[in-house]
Amino acid sequence: MIRDITLGQYYTGKSVVHRLDPRLKIIGTFVYLIMLFFIKDFIGYAAVAVCLAAVTAASRVPVKFIIKGMKPILFILIFTFIINIFLYDGTILWQWKFLTITDEGIHQAVFIAVRLILLIFGTSLLTYTTKPMELTDGFEAILRPLSRFGVPSHEIATMMSIALRFIPTLLLEADKIMKAQQARGADFESGNLVRRAKSMIPLLVPLFISAFRIAQDLASAMEARCYRGGEGRTRLHPMKYHMRDAVGYVILTAFAVFIFVQSRGILPIPMIWAR
Amino acid sequence: MDNIIRTENLNYEYEGFDNDSLTITALNDINLEIKKGSFTAVLGKNGSGKSTLAKNINGLLLPTKGVIYVNDMDTADDGLIWEIRKTAGMVFQNPDNQIVAAIVEDDVAFGPENIGIPAEEIRSRIDDAMKSTGIYEVRHKAPGLLSGGQKQRVAIAGVLAMKPECIIFDEPTAMLDPKGRAEVRDIIKRLHQEGITVLLITHFMEEAAGADRTIIMNNGNIISDGTPAEIFSNTELIEMAGLDVPAAVKIRNKLRLRGFDIPDNIIDMEGLADFLCGMKHERKENGRLSETIDISAANSSGLGVNESDGSSEKQSENCGGLSIVVEHLSCVYNKGLSDETVALDDVSFNIKAGEFVGLIGHTGSGKSTLIQHINGLIKADSGRIFAGDMEVTAEKVSMKEVRRRVGIVFQYPEYQLFEENVELDVAFGPKNLELSKEEIDSRVRTAIRQAGLDFDEIAKRSPFELSGGQKRKAAIAGVIAMKPEVLILDEPAAGLDPQSHKEILSMIRNLHNETGCTVILVSHNMNDVVQFCDKVLVMNRGKLMLSGSPAEIFRRDSLLKDSGLGLPDPGELIYIMKKRGADIKGALTNEQAAKAIEDYLRSDL
Repeated sequence: MIRDITLGQYYTGKSVVHRLDPRLKIIGTFVYLIMLFFIKDFIGYAAVAVCLAAVTAASRVPVKFIIKGMKPILFILIFTFIINIFLYDGTILWQWKFLTITDEGIHQAVFIAVRLILLIFGTSLLTYTTKPMELTDGFEAILRPLSRFGVPSHEIATMMSIALRFIPTLLLEADKIMKAQQARGADFESGNLVRRAKSMIPLLVPLFISAFRIAQDLASAMEARCYRGGEGRTRLHPMKYHMRDAVGYVILTAFAVFIFVQSRGILPIPMIWAR
Repeated sequence: MDNIIRTENLNYEYEGFDNDSLTITALNDINLEIKKGSFTAVLGKNGSGKSTLAKNINGLLLPTKGVIYVNDMDTADDGLIWEIRKTAGMVFQNPDNQIVAAIVEDDVAFGPENIGIPAEEIRSRIDDAMKSTGIYEVRHKAPGLLSGGQKQRVAIAGVLAMKPECIIFDEPTAMLDPKGRAEVRDIIKRLHQEGITVLLITHFMEEAAGADRTIIMNNGNIISDGTPAEIFSNTELIEMAGLDVPAAVKIRNKLRLRGFDIPDNIIDMEGLADFLCGMKHERKENGRLSETIDISAANSSGLGVNESDGSSEKQSENCGGLSIVVEHLSCVYNKGLSDETVALDDVSFNIKAGEFVGLIGHTGSGKSTLIQHINGLIKADSGRIFAGDMEVTAEKVSMKEVRRRVGIVFQYPEYQLFEENVELDVAFGPKNLELSKEEIDSRVRTAIRQAGLDFDEIAKRSPFELSGGQKRKAAIAGVIAMKPEVLILDEPAAGLDPQSHKEILSMIRNLHNETGCTVILVSHNMNDVVQFCDKVLVMNRGKLMLSGSPAEIFRRDSLLKDSGLGLPDPGELIYIMKKRGADIKGALTNEQAAKAIEDYLRSDL
């Protein structure tokens, strides 16, 4: 059930991708996201998919595991797909009462769905191959130039890593509370939307209280271990760039340039199913 | 500088829950000195001020009046606070909530990182700390995958890596199973031997018995301070503080009544076993000593092992319970994946209507999977379950009906309270059953009373402002109000102080007598199992290993020990003595143990 959610967790491994510098991986993911929105046709998607497949293979994270992690977003995927298919104006292909399916609608629905899948798949690779501690350190390093303008880079990064660390804990807690309320006859599954929303109260109130309790405990534990923000803090694994990271940056730049150029239609390759 | 911790008229007050801004005194003029290298245990019931004291020493709380010095540093001095926390580290109760990082070694490194140790030194410090607590092998794992005992050892390693002189343990074993508890106790003992000052706050009297000084707190005051031997010979004081004496002391006192002269400083099982075996040896050497005890006294109280302790005799006149039949039940988690685990493997058993059954087994043996099957929270992969004439595993069975008739109280049920007052919270279950308003009202009243609470006093109060024991009872009332015919309780007394523990269990027994419902008690506490249960089921690695009466089960002491389970205290003592070569009969109760030991000591040769 709830505890099966693997999205956003770390998958232990020693692959090249795991060993890459977190700064490269974070910047890479960011560039990847931007590039996804440049793409205009399915050749672009194909190129992205090939790169993604290569990175996934290199990371040795089982595809089965990643797909299992994507299950929770299936609902959003289907929802946007349906909305797009019916709500787009254009050449009408099929009509029944107020429902119409248009050529453009199908294109848009497929296009957005593919983009969503690539988006989640790609970003989840970041969390699967990067320890939360590294992620935090990476973010902090990237944000550090901004701290001159008053951006609390260390605090943001720490908050993020703690949130990630406590996702499984809170899910487990939610699972326990849900079962306990079900044992008292609570019904989370039937009824209309209002009723269902109301039925969440016995789950959400204890969950919030638990979250606060955990936060309090954690804050005490961190303070007791001399936590006082980023100043004067050292690291067990100080970040250092290696040769492989340089190679990574080169590949990343090449990827970004290719997608950009291709999406402009400058290349002598035809666009496939573009609008 | 002999004292590492010194408090002068330490007071701590905080604002109460109620609107009328009343202040609660958690600590009242505490004057305490802790010697370097000592091992001090702090006892006291929930809310007696133990944890507040600990947090004051570590500077997490600041005294409202008075001063605390750690190594002569005042905790109220802002400039010294980090030095103080480095000197006096702290390990908390909940193993999950104190782990900061998502990988074991990163978490252990968190403290040293905070105090600015260079990377290479952090490496060597954390490696030492992890080796010393025995978690070096799991250093690359996520804490979530570890057992409770391992997680707590991670927390200890995290403190050790900061090289403290003193460690304050705030109920470190309260949330662990017996195995984890033993692991953590061993480490604490060893750290003390290595010269670290230990301050151990605990609800387990056995842990206090191992300390060299024991302090008892009550209502924010230190009411007693002395060696464990002194403290535990003052039974009145112990009772007044809502505590208990260690089991070894109970048996020792029984033996004293039988005329054996056992000194005050024998307060733990090992010590008692050693002493008794030595006594036998001496008797053999000197021939029979002059008899000073009349045999009749001993015989009159003689209870055979096979006689049970009386709880089974009062079968309720009118059975309001359901029988439970489980046939070939199996359950596999994550089928087909790499982490496939067989949680239940062909489990079959019968429980008669109205029986009080104990379910025991190590953590991960399948106990909780099993109980969730019985009320349909988990669907069976194969096998059938019947509760009375209703088949829980049937396709078209009404889940509402199953949940009404089979109630489960999960571990730490107070974490599920959510309503604005106790009355509404208890009414949640009956409301879901769509009963009439009058019926709901009457059920809520009865349930609150049956749970051992006073309706008028408690009904309109918020569940969140109750004490620990009261919260637990209110949460249990929420299940009782469904009028279940089978009541399953998973460790209902976990984490409570000895007095609340006793109250909860006798409440369950009263409920069982009053309503005649079938009770399944999941527990690690073998004393409770012996005292309350007619029948015991033992789970081991997803299989039902043994079932039978407590006497039949606990006779297999070595088998239970080998599968990582404990024994009732008297059984534990006998087991240790047997291991030292004593030829002695088994025992379930303290009285039986005393009798068996007497027979053994008096037998010729």
